[in-house]
Amino acid sequence: MAGILVFVEQRDGEVRTASLQALSEAKRQATTAGWSVSAVLPGTEVSDKAASLGAWGAGKVYAADDPNLGLYSAEGYAEVVVKAAEQEQPSAIFFAGTAMGRDLAPRVAARLGVGAIPDAVELGLEGETFTVRRPVYSGKAFATATTAGKMPQVIGLRPNVFAAEESGGTAEVVALEGLTLSIRAVVKELVAAAGGELDIAEADIIVSGGRGIKGPENFALIRELADALGGAVGASRAAVDAGWIDHSHQVGQTGKVVSPSLYIACGISGAIQHLAGMRSSKVIVAINKDPDAPIFKIADYGVVGDLFDVIPPMVEAVKAL
Amino acid sequence: MNCVVCVTSVPDTASVIKIGADGKGIDEAGIKWIPSPYDEYALEEGLQLTEAKGGEVTVLTYGPDRAEAALRDCLARGAHQAVHVLGGEATLGDSYTIAKVLAAALKDREFDLVLCGYQGVGTDCSQVGQMLAELLDLPHVANVTELEVGDGSLTAGREVEGGRERVESPLPALITCQKGLNEPRYAALKGIMAAKRKPVEKIEVASLGIDEGADPYYTMSKLELPPEKAAGTIIQGEDDPVAAASELVKALRNEAKAI
Repeated sequence: MAGILVFVEQRDGEVRTASLQALSEAKRQATTAGWSVSAVLPGTEVSDKAASLGAWGAGKVYAADDPNLGLYSAEGYAEVVVKAAEQEQPSAIFFAGTAMGRDLAPRVAARLGVGAIPDAVELGLEGETFTVRRPVYSGKAFATATTAGKMPQVIGLRPNVFAAEESGGTAEVVALEGLTLSIRAVVKELVAAAGGELDIAEADIIVSGGRGIKGPENFALIRELADALGGAVGASRAAVDAGWIDHSHQVGQTGKVVSPSLYIACGISGAIQHLAGMRSSKVIVAINKDPDAPIFKIADYGVVGDLFDVIPPMVEAVKAL
Repeated sequence: MNCVVCVTSVPDTASVIKIGADGKGIDEAGIKWIPSPYDEYALEEGLQLTEAKGGEVTVLTYGPDRAEAALRDCLARGAHQAVHVLGGEATLGDSYTIAKVLAAALKDREFDLVLCGYQGVGTDCSQVGQMLAELLDLPHVANVTELEVGDGSLTAGREVEGGRERVESPLPALITCQKGLNEPRYAALKGIMAAKRKPVEKIEVASLGIDEGADPYYTMSKLELPPEKAAGTIIQGEDDPVAAASELVKALRNEAKAI
C-alpha cells in the first residue's frame, strides 16, 4: 500500500502546530487515495508524544529517542527520517515548512537522491503523483509542479494553510533502533527571543508598521494593537533598514512571506516587494494618510487617516469586544 | 581560509512579473537581472573572512550567458576568482540538479567554507545550499545571521521561529546567509575597472558529466498570476478617526469575522 510519511517536529517535547497541520493534510490525502499515513518523530523521551499522533491521523509512528536528538540537527534528523523512510517505503514525505522543516527536507531529499518541493499551498494527487501549487517570486506568481516522477516525493507544506484536525485513532509506535548518528554541526542551544514574542511566521494576526510610524519608539503603538488582537508585530523593509526593529519582523520579498487570517498594515505605502510578502493574507487592512498608496489596491478594508489618530481608538474598540 | 561563494542571478525584486508565452516561465522582456540579494551577504562574509585570515574568495554561478554579470559584480567587490558553469535555463527551480552541478564543479577544489544565500529570490526554494552540503558531505548551517570562524571550526547563529539556535561545526562546512549577517559593500570604481580584466573560468555543464534537463527532479506544468482581488471598503478617517476605528473594528468582527 502506498503511503505518506510525515516528519513531526517538537520543541521542548511539545509537538509543533505546523506539524499537526501537515499530518492532518496527509490524512485527508491518504483517506481519499486509500493510502496509509505514518509519522517520524526525533527527540528525547518522545514515546508519549509519538502515541498521541494517532489522534491526528498517523497509523504508525517511528520514534527516535536519543539524547543527541533533543535539539535539532540537520544531519542527525536526516538520518532518522531516512531510516524511517527505508522501513516505510512511502510515496511521499511531508514536512511542515517551518525553519526546521525547510532546512531538513532538502538535506533528506539529497540523501535519498531525489528532489524536493517546498511551500505547497495546494496539493493534488493523480495516481501516485502529487501536483504541488506554490507561490514563487514571493507570491507575485504561483507555480504548479511535480517531482518529475521521482519517489519518494519530498514536499514541504506552508504553515497555516492546511487545517489541523483530529481524526481520532491510535498509532502503533515503532522505536527506531540502530541509529549511528553522525552529527558534525551541533546545535548547542536554542535561545528564545526576548519576552517569548510571537513570530510573524506563526501568527494568525499580524500588525505591521512602516515608514509612516516615523520612529522606533512608535512601534509601541503597533505592539499595543497587536497585543490587543493576540497577534504579532511585523514591519516593512523601510522600518527594518532604518534600524527601528529587528529583521526577524520584516514582511516582504527579502523578509518573510506570511499569510495570516488578518494583516493590518499601518503607515506602509505598499512597495511591490512588501505586497508580495503579504498579499495572500485572508483579510488585509490598510491604515494610511495617503489615499493613493498602493497598499489600498489590495486591502479589503482601508482607513484613510493618520495612524496616530486611528490606532488608539482601535485598541480601545478591540478591548471592548 | 579559502571561501567559495555561490551566486545566482534573479529578476530585480522591483520587477513586475508577467507570464511568458509557454505558460511555465516568466516573460523576460524588460527584466533587469541582479545577484540574488541574499547572495550579497554570502559574498560580503566571504570577503571579510579572507581579509581577516588570508586566502581567496572564488565565486561560482550556474546560469546562462547573462549570469556573467553577477560574477563581474562580485569580482568588482573584491572576489579573487570566478567560475561560470554555462547552462541552467532548463533547470530553473530544480534545486537538486542545480546542487549536483555545483557539487561537480567544486569536487576537485580546495576550500574551507562554502557560502550561499539563504534562498534564491524568485524560485524561493531555499534548498540548493542544504542539498549541496549533502552532496559534498559537508555539515551545514542555514539561515545564518551571526558567524564566528575560529581555527578549524565555526560558531553560527541562525534564526528559527521565536528565537535563534547557536550552532558549532568543524570546517570545512557550508552556510546559507540571511539578512542581518553583515552590511554588503558596494563596488568602488577601481574595483569595477579591475574586474573587467579578471578572467572568468567557463565550464560547459555537459563537461561535468551532467546531461542538463534529461533527467529532471522538478517539472513545472503551469505558472500563473495570483487572482485579482475585488475592490475593498474604504473608510474615511481624517475627520473623525474615532468613528472610523469603531466602524473598522465592527466590520472586522461582523463582516470579515477576522477578530
